[in-house]
Amino acid sequence: MDNVLLFRFEIIIAVLILALLIMSLRDFNTKVTAFLGTMNVLLLVNFIVGWLPMYTGSYFSGFFRTTDLIVFEKNILNLGILLISLTSYQWLKQSEHRLEFYFLMLSSIMGVFVMLSSGHILMLYLGIEMSTIPIAALSNFNLDEKRSSEAGLKLILLSAFSTGIMLFGISLLYGAVGNLSFQSVIANLHPNMLTIFAFTFIMAGVAFKMSIVPFHLWTADVYEGSPIAVTNFLSVISKGSVVFVFLTILYSLFGGLKEEWLYAICILSILSMTVGNLFALRQQNAKRFLAFSSISQVGFVLVGVAGASVMGSTAVVYFILIYLLSNIAAFGVIGAMADTTGSESLQSFKGLYKSNPFYALFMVVALFSLAGIPPIAGFFGKLFLLTAGLNSKLYILLGFAGVNLVLSLYNYLRVVKYMFIDEAVETIPPLKRNKQLTIALVTCIIGLLIIGFIPAIYQYIDQVCRM
Amino acid sequence: MDILQLLIILPIITIFGMIVAKKELLIKSIALAGSSLQLILSIIITVLYVQIRQAGVTDQFLFQSSYIWFEPLKIYFSSGIDGISLVMILMTALVVLAGVLVSWKINKQVKEFFFLLIVLSLSAYGFFMTTNLFVMFFFLELAVIPKFLLIGMWGSGQKKYSSMKLALMLMAGSALVFLGMIGLFYASGMQSWDIQDIAKLNIPIATQRVLYLLLFTGFGIFTAMFPFHTWAPDGHSSAPTAASMFLAGISMKLGAYGCLRVATYLLPDAAQELSWIFIILASIAIIYGAFATMMQKDLKYMNAYSSVSHVGFIILGIAMLTKIAITGAVMQMVSHGLMTALFFAAIGMIYDRTHTRQVNELGGMLKQIPFIGSAFIISGLTSLGLPGFSGFVSEMTIFIGSWERTGIFYRSATILAAASIVVTAVYILRAIGFAIWGSVTNKDFLKLKDATWSERTATVLLVAGILLIGLAPFLFVHLIDMDTTTIYHKLISNVIVH
Repeated sequence: MDNVLLFRFEIIIAVLILALLIMSLRDFNTKVTAFLGTMNVLLLVNFIVGWLPMYTGSYFSGFFRTTDLIVFEKNILNLGILLISLTSYQWLKQSEHRLEFYFLMLSSIMGVFVMLSSGHILMLYLGIEMSTIPIAALSNFNLDEKRSSEAGLKLILLSAFSTGIMLFGISLLYGAVGNLSFQSVIANLHPNMLTIFAFTFIMAGVAFKMSIVPFHLWTADVYEGSPIAVTNFLSVISKGSVVFVFLTILYSLFGGLKEEWLYAICILSILSMTVGNLFALRQQNAKRFLAFSSISQVGFVLVGVAGASVMGSTAVVYFILIYLLSNIAAFGVIGAMADTTGSESLQSFKGLYKSNPFYALFMVVALFSLAGIPPIAGFFGKLFLLTAGLNSKLYILLGFAGVNLVLSLYNYLRVVKYMFIDEAVETIPPLKRNKQLTIALVTCIIGLLIIGFIPAIYQYIDQVCRM
Repeated sequence: MDILQLLIILPIITIFGMIVAKKELLIKSIALAGSSLQLILSIIITVLYVQIRQAGVTDQFLFQSSYIWFEPLKIYFSSGIDGISLVMILMTALVVLAGVLVSWKINKQVKEFFFLLIVLSLSAYGFFMTTNLFVMFFFLELAVIPKFLLIGMWGSGQKKYSSMKLALMLMAGSALVFLGMIGLFYASGMQSWDIQDIAKLNIPIATQRVLYLLLFTGFGIFTAMFPFHTWAPDGHSSAPTAASMFLAGISMKLGAYGCLRVATYLLPDAAQELSWIFIILASIAIIYGAFATMMQKDLKYMNAYSSVSHVGFIILGIAMLTKIAITGAVMQMVSHGLMTALFFAAIGMIYDRTHTRQVNELGGMLKQIPFIGSAFIISGLTSLGLPGFSGFVSEMTIFIGSWERTGIFYRSATILAAASIVVTAVYILRAIGFAIWGSVTNKDFLKLKDATWSERTATVLLVAGILLIGLAPFLFVHLIDMDTTTIYHKLISNVIVH
């Protein structure tokens, strides 16, 4: 029984998926408010149940494992899907395929959980695939829009390509080690040409999912083409989860190659931060803007990763929590804006503070969190990443991070300037409100404002990362 | 909770009060009450501080307390003040109160304006009262965005350009500062961010060199040190009056305080070795600032460039590394804070009435609005260093302290700096002559009304501060004497580790 409970998170998600199938049989999804309400309540229950005490250990001869850190990561992601479901209420109400949205989102989350809990590289591969394919279908969600199909096609093709590369890396690793379970890889991995090649290919596959430069080319197009809820999911859940797995891959799996990967991470980090910020400078579409912003945020995450210490992984997990709240809040406001004015352009934010002060304030908190301005949580997240980054004594990396802090501030201040300083081109009507969106936004904002002042959160993450 | 925490709790309460309040007058009154209480609180702290010192307590920082913030990273919310932070807190309280009074007539987005102003003051108090570097950085950066919004939303002229430039340059400064601070944290073996702990270390000279340059330059950007001063003239000229007062009066001093307390005090060997760089930059700033001021026709630009020149004295005093020069630098921080706040207040008052800041379009102000005219003259005379006002005492102290350093390099820097006073006299007297004295050139000026009660109170407060330092500098020196001695001893007694 204990062993079955190790799968608690996965089981609940599977039950939810089955429930969705039953609902679709009974045509429950046509009763819009009831269906969406039920889904939100179910996701809330799912999130709360996640905090119940949990067994840790491994099962299926090490294929599946659970630690306190993994449980915490899953809880963060559960919070993420709950908030995304709440923020996309208005859109789902209008969409015909709301049931399919939940179905695909939950399937993807299932894959994410499997990926996080994997103790064997095949399991990891399975998880990554399982989490990506539903997203491709999700990006293609606006069936009557050409760009949306383009996004879906782009994602599935490039994703298949990158998985192919990753599989090749896995096969090389098998050749070098002779076994693919994490334990034996960790024990038998020695730096040589073969393992370095294996690492490079696996790394390329993962970097694609995290949209690290130079594997980022799909990001902006897919983000722009997908519906906002899906973009939100892509930028938060799918990216965040791969970052978590990335920590495991680097620190434990390829821990023996640290000397080798350190410089690779350093270069990727510099590229991601700089390219992300430079490309964001001129973006006018809000979703493209956030796409490049998320690329540069991943660059910052890599600074912490390069620290290669407990402090580094703590900082990364802490940052992802904050990044999740900031991005969901930003996408929530953009969604509200698009629902009312039909525009996703940053220009349409001009003068937002005068017409809709609350939405402008929500957006500003989210953006300042991304830019790392105190007292908002992003400040702590970003600075802890930098602090951890110095651990590996890569001073050039820190220098670039400093330059990028300024560049990214310019990007985010540009939007703040539109909202607070510029005059509106045409008056923005009061944005449509609904309870769900407000609850989600308020949760995000309160979270962002207080996370930095509750020492227990950081302490807890530090504690589970040490184990 | 002890009395020092009240310094930041009180502004937070004020902020919440203002958020809840609806009527404009109520919001203004809450801001006024909050900042007055803050001034009273700072005076009480001063009295207590003096009493404890007189009782013979020789701890470096008094009223110390520490709360856990991020335990695994050794970040504690620790506070404690010495004489230098105390005078800075007093100066801040005075300038903030004056700023609130001067902005009494603001009628556009009142709540947001006072909200940002109080957040700015909060950040300054937090910065001066903490002994933990991370907390210090937190408050330093907290002050950047309110300035951006104050200039962008209530500013005039090229406000979008100026506010963005200011925010980005200050962010660059804070990025350098933070890199330096992480360096200090690692130098302590990842054990502490606390100034007192780091001061006990003997950091290897190679590390010190890098960190000193990072920290001094970073804080220097906040101080508008040449060649990173360009945000200051644009920012000041676009900012609303209270924001200008704050920017020049307090914000630049955050940087100067950091240069002294963090860069110089914690990295003494590198300071001995490398401070010549900043002496050169400060000398250039003093001369360049003074000559640039001569060319300005706009009163705000004039005061902004003259601020660049005047904070050059602060940097010079700190970089000279003698006890008297450092005392002078601290004095100049406070003196310039009050003087420039008064100057900007007077310019703002004139601009509100005449809607021009061009020297050649003004004239006869003393006749039409005698109170404001006199305020302008007093700040001008302080700026040019007339004995009796604070400017004279502090600049003189810096020159005497600098003269202690022998050698052609230090001597010529001192002489150059002292010579700039002549240039200052030229531009100040010319501005006073054209704009304040002279005859009324514009008929509209005949109907001008003199200062209101709030403007009068603000002026009186600032002038009182200026006169107090100018006439009784010994009180001031007495407050900070022990702490400048501590810094000086640290500077000369450290054993260099290679």
